[in-house]
Amino acid sequence: MVEVQTKQAKDTEVKIQVKKLDFYYGDSQALFEISMNIPARQVTALIGPSGCGKSTFLRALNRMNDIIDGAKTQGQVLIDSKDIYQRDTDIVELRKRVGMVFQKSNPFPKSIFDNVAYGPRIHGVKDREELSEIVEKSLVRSALWNEVKDRLYKNAMDLSGGQQQRLCIARALAVEPEILLMDEPASALDPQSTARIEDLIDELVKDYTIVIVTHNMQQAARVSHLTAFLYEGYLIEMGPTKQIFTKPGRKKTEDYITGRFG
Amino acid sequence: MGTARSEKIAGWVIRGATYSIVFVIASIIGTIVWNGVPAISWEFLTAMPRNSGAQGGILPAIAGTLLLVAGTVAIALPLGMATAIYLSEYAKAGRFTRAIRLAIVTLAGVPSIVFGLFGLGLFVIFLQFGASLIAGCLTLACMILPTIIVASEEALRAVPKGFREGSLALGATKWQTIRRNVLPYSVGGMLTGSILGIGRAAGETAPILLTVAAFYLPRLPKSIFDQVMALPYHLYILVTQHPEADKVRPMAYGTALVLIVLVLGVNLAAILSRIHIRRKYRW
Repeated sequence: MVEVQTKQAKDTEVKIQVKKLDFYYGDSQALFEISMNIPARQVTALIGPSGCGKSTFLRALNRMNDIIDGAKTQGQVLIDSKDIYQRDTDIVELRKRVGMVFQKSNPFPKSIFDNVAYGPRIHGVKDREELSEIVEKSLVRSALWNEVKDRLYKNAMDLSGGQQQRLCIARALAVEPEILLMDEPASALDPQSTARIEDLIDELVKDYTIVIVTHNMQQAARVSHLTAFLYEGYLIEMGPTKQIFTKPGRKKTEDYITGRFG
Repeated sequence: MGTARSEKIAGWVIRGATYSIVFVIASIIGTIVWNGVPAISWEFLTAMPRNSGAQGGILPAIAGTLLLVAGTVAIALPLGMATAIYLSEYAKAGRFTRAIRLAIVTLAGVPSIVFGLFGLGLFVIFLQFGASLIAGCLTLACMILPTIIVASEEALRAVPKGFREGSLALGATKWQTIRRNVLPYSVGGMLTGSILGIGRAAGETAPILLTVAAFYLPRLPKSIFDQVMALPYHLYILVTQHPEADKVRPMAYGTALVLIVLVLGVNLAAILSRIHIRRKYRW
């Protein structure tokens, strides 16, 4: 068993409700009838061995899977009770509300300022002062401001790995999302940078609903309120993180958590 | 035969091949420079030809080639880049896309005189442009399109997937993503790759022979429907068609030298702009 101090799961409103979600890459099915409720302003962790579908599931929540040739989704994903897979869904609006941070930090080869301002500019903000305000606010929120305020116009590629990832978080925050999806945001970082990202998640969850995919069980235990265990495309078990890590209900979950496979 | 011995022989063969190429290039450039420099003068570069090219300068041919290159690039570059963007960013893999690619590869293999004939048929006769600058540019554009498309596609592929995903995830549309977060980084590569095509447009004789090039036209064009002289064709005429071919030999070498310098100049400009863009956007 992993010895951890876990967060208490609270009863809050449901932000994302997934109903019988199936997903196919061409002919091969990657997700099977996944149903889960993701609560508002809490951290929900998705764990499971490589290839279990956790990243695919995450990308179903902002329809990033749409860009894959031959992808097919069935079932419903309700955000604030509205199905995002309905025909009339405005994908631009959806992705504004549901921000995403990728596993490999992907700052654009522009200045730090232009990176953070990218989203607002896309959405029509032109006023220089307003942009500056958004950039500062977002960098403060992502705990990067103090490190970069003197070099906002330097290339973002010169930042360290951990700083780049926090920049990507700032970039996502700049379009004022309600939900943040994080796909193994710390997997390529050293322990110190990882700790900073985790502190940041603790801070951000006060205002945002966070769904995080992680390979690192300790990390899931440290940062999340709820944990969902996926295996071969199925949701095996979901519950308060404390319960999943101390008294898992299913044998498979226990085997994975205790490191018998994965 | 011992390994050491075969190693030595292989080394000499490979080195010999490389040296012989350098020798060939050096002797071509050397001959042209050696024989061409004496012909170069202010008058040669800025005056009209006189006495059917035996005297005077080659200004109309220089201007003609520059205009042809500029017009060809103006037509082929946007068309080729747009095609590359469609193929690499929009088109789904399938029979239709494969057919397009096959067409592009085939186009690249068509001999240049066939392009000339095609241009004569379509632009000069059917569309009634007559032998003109516009017909020549369109013909040359068709010829260098495959080079530009292939180079542009490669440049687009070099942009990491993460830039596209990151932009889409922020709510950007596909075109916004391409316009703001893919094209700026790939334009440098597109230009470099297109140099080969542009150089070819400046140097080819066959496609312009039937569509634009004038035998002897000692004035500058006034519209895109005028004929022009061009350096490669002028060179051909001075060497093979001129009644006093021996006497105008220095003029021919001078023309060749100007042509080479011009092509190298175009290449240099493209390389410099690539360096500039690479420095601006690096990852």
